[in-house]
Amino acid sequence: MAHGPKPGITRWLYTTNHKDIGSMYLWFSFAMFLLGGCMALVIRAELFQPGLQIVQPEFFNQMTTMHGLIMVFGAVMPAFVGLANWMVPMMIGAPDMALPRMNNWSFWILPFAFAMLASTLFMEGGAPNFGWTFYAPLSTEYAPPSVTFFIFSIHIMGASSIMGAINIVATILNMRAPGMTLMKMPLFVWTWLITAYLLIAVMPVLAGVVTMMLMDIHFGTSFFSAAGGGDPVLFQHVFWFFGHPEVYIMILPAFGIVSAIIPTFARKPLFGYSSMVYATASIAFLSFIVWAHHMFTVGMPVAGELFFMYATMLIAVPTGVKVFNWVSTMFRGSMTFETPMLFAIAFVILFTLGGFSGLMLAIAPADFQYHDTYFVVAHFHYVLVPGAIFSITAGVYYWLPKWTGNMYNETMGKVHFWLAFIGLNVTFFPMHFVGLAGMPRRIPDYALQFADFNQIASMGAFLFGAAQLVFLFNVLRTVRGGNKATDEVWENPQGLEWTVPSPAPYHTFSTPPAVR
Amino acid sequence: MLMGLKRLFAFLTISAIAPGLFAQETAQKAEEGAERWGVNMTQGVTEVSRTTYDLHMLIFWICVAIGIVVFGVMFYSMWRHRKSKGYKAAQFHESTFVELVWTIIPTLILVGMAVPATKTLYDIYDTKEADLDIMITGYQWKWKYDYLGSDVSFFSNLSTPRAQIDNQLPKNDHYLLEVDEPLVVPVNKKIRFLITANDVIHAWWVPDLAVKKDAIPGFVNESWTRIDEPGIYRGQCAELCGKDHGFMPIVVKAVPEDEYHSWLSDRAEQAARIKELTNKTFTFDELYERGEKIYASTCAACHQPNGQGVPGAFPAIAGSKVATGPMDGHLNMVVNGSSKNPAMQAFGAQLSEVDIAAVITYQRNAFGNNMGDTVQPIDILNFKNN
Repeated sequence: MAHGPKPGITRWLYTTNHKDIGSMYLWFSFAMFLLGGCMALVIRAELFQPGLQIVQPEFFNQMTTMHGLIMVFGAVMPAFVGLANWMVPMMIGAPDMALPRMNNWSFWILPFAFAMLASTLFMEGGAPNFGWTFYAPLSTEYAPPSVTFFIFSIHIMGASSIMGAINIVATILNMRAPGMTLMKMPLFVWTWLITAYLLIAVMPVLAGVVTMMLMDIHFGTSFFSAAGGGDPVLFQHVFWFFGHPEVYIMILPAFGIVSAIIPTFARKPLFGYSSMVYATASIAFLSFIVWAHHMFTVGMPVAGELFFMYATMLIAVPTGVKVFNWVSTMFRGSMTFETPMLFAIAFVILFTLGGFSGLMLAIAPADFQYHDTYFVVAHFHYVLVPGAIFSITAGVYYWLPKWTGNMYNETMGKVHFWLAFIGLNVTFFPMHFVGLAGMPRRIPDYALQFADFNQIASMGAFLFGAAQLVFLFNVLRTVRGGNKATDEVWENPQGLEWTVPSPAPYHTFSTPPAVR
Repeated sequence: MLMGLKRLFAFLTISAIAPGLFAQETAQKAEEGAERWGVNMTQGVTEVSRTTYDLHMLIFWICVAIGIVVFGVMFYSMWRHRKSKGYKAAQFHESTFVELVWTIIPTLILVGMAVPATKTLYDIYDTKEADLDIMITGYQWKWKYDYLGSDVSFFSNLSTPRAQIDNQLPKNDHYLLEVDEPLVVPVNKKIRFLITANDVIHAWWVPDLAVKKDAIPGFVNESWTRIDEPGIYRGQCAELCGKDHGFMPIVVKAVPEDEYHSWLSDRAEQAARIKELTNKTFTFDELYERGEKIYASTCAACHQPNGQGVPGAFPAIAGSKVATGPMDGHLNMVVNGSSKNPAMQAFGAQLSEVDIAAVITYQRNAFGNNMGDTVQPIDILNFKNN
């Protein structure tokens, strides 16, 4: 029996529908993206010129910390979960997620977690100011009182992520339509399956490390305090054991999205499907044994440095396989350049640039010069902004007609793309230069030789921010109306999601589809 | 399918050879440009810094070469293989051979890269047989240098005036990269740094020496350098350490060996003179004037130049219970630090008796506190001994 959504607000509060929950995740993450973006603009405005103009160092540190936390946990991760909610059931021919009530809960605890995190801005002593990596003892003995609220909000976000991940694994392993074997699954499903395992493996580690902090702060333990017999470096090992897989949690689903879009607009099958699956799995495995490359300067023994250097360099191999596969898919295709394809191509190019600087950072002796400079800031923004953000944007443009039944405005989409593309490069490319020239990260004021490039970067940041408003406007317009989309939307795209009507009905695949 | 693969391969080969031909010339030009515009890593003044620079450039050019191949194929496809030009899509896909090729070749390149990197790393880790040991301790937000085996030990603070940071005065050339007391070292000597911290984690970084090592409370990290040319080399703290992380620079002054020795004995004499001052009795004005300077370099970062502090983070001194209460409480706070807030350090070990007496006198009489009392260096010494 088909039935539609409930009217009014209860539809959203009580919903167990994967499409509703997916939409809520996506809107929530966009709101967080704008909030975290505004914080980035505060940072860039202060760095526009040498000297302190707009904010004091205390508040500057709160901005860098909150910007990082909100972008990682509030914007990127929920956006991917939102896309997974919408697309995974439709891609594998399932009627909904395997655990729909838990799905509702895992979304609805998020707004509370972030309300709690954001409320620290108004507390005495201010918000967390110790960087998104919150190294002890700066985040324990020396932290503002709001650190406890930060710890609890991390706990809630972690619970949400773990539940979301369990749900995705359960859905993929149990609810595939007959004939949908593992090696027939779209790559987005594959990459999310692997990502979900990463989440289940490392989110408890994050919960553990913040709990140890909580114990140190309130219950007299000394996990991270040298004076009490503890070890501040232990914090970094535990944090990065979570933190490095976390980096791949934010990029593997992106690989899946791009692997769906490029074949569609090149009108040519993905060059190496199975090698893409194996490459994703290799990257996931390697992500567990490279964490200390974030800590080359803590004074590890030389054997440790070498191990982590070699393991890190090795990641370039499966990542290279992915890039080569995308390029070979484009080679001798019959390409068109609609907005999703533009974002996907920009993803490949700019993510590769970020990969190059990553390879440079892997070289431990050279890393002694790069570590904690703007070169690192440039590197991870090149993999995260054109990596995660561009792929999410590409995915939204790609599937939006399926979700809403309407075509987005192509001209506005292209305007959005070019503004974002130019803005992002103007913002982040000069950071390579100032970083190599010696500018440390996380400083509110800088020496005069860094002034020119910082000024350029700040202008780019505001352009990039403005571009997102075009995106918002375009999406809102598409939700409300526009040219009707066909069921296929694009020219002969592959995948079960294109076999259902546009917009996709509230319940799809109540009876399993036939998979060839 | 075979046709497609062949053409892909031919393309890869051509684009792999092309950059090699131009690389050398481009590299030279780029290097000149990079130096002029300050866009690249410094070559520095030590053997390690030059080797590091070479490694950096090697991996950079490898990336450029790979980039030209990958993006070359990509842009060629985007140009030629468009639907708008009526190009019909080939349908080739899956080739184990190609997948193997582009797995093995990058692996070989990486091995080639790992060899020199490993060699350099061993070199950087060889801290044996140093001519001179210097202990570096990170504090919020200054550095302390102890010349081991001598009496010389001092703090190095940012010397850029606050007015320049607040845009009230024009900024000078070495804005934020200047200190009151640089680290003075001899050239052509192997100097071992023992690096630690007193409160949170800091990182001691001087790009020209290619030395960056975390300063971690409870740990002593080692690093070393041997500087070739006399000169002044500037760096900064490289690990977020709180509010004034951006305001704790490092200045290393490398001098010829004889100059270094005469500097060292001067410093030792100075230290002895300051010790003698402990027995002298000062007037109120002498103490107040000296205290004002100490306050500006040691206290003002947290308690603010006007003594008002930062609500919620750093208490005010103006009208505070400690500064307007009994002298012993004030002595205890400054000498032993706060038991509640670790940000208030134990200055008994950091400042001389004279300076502590001066700064306490200043704090009790500035900012409208007007206590009218003074404390003498000998009182501080007695307090410490009790």
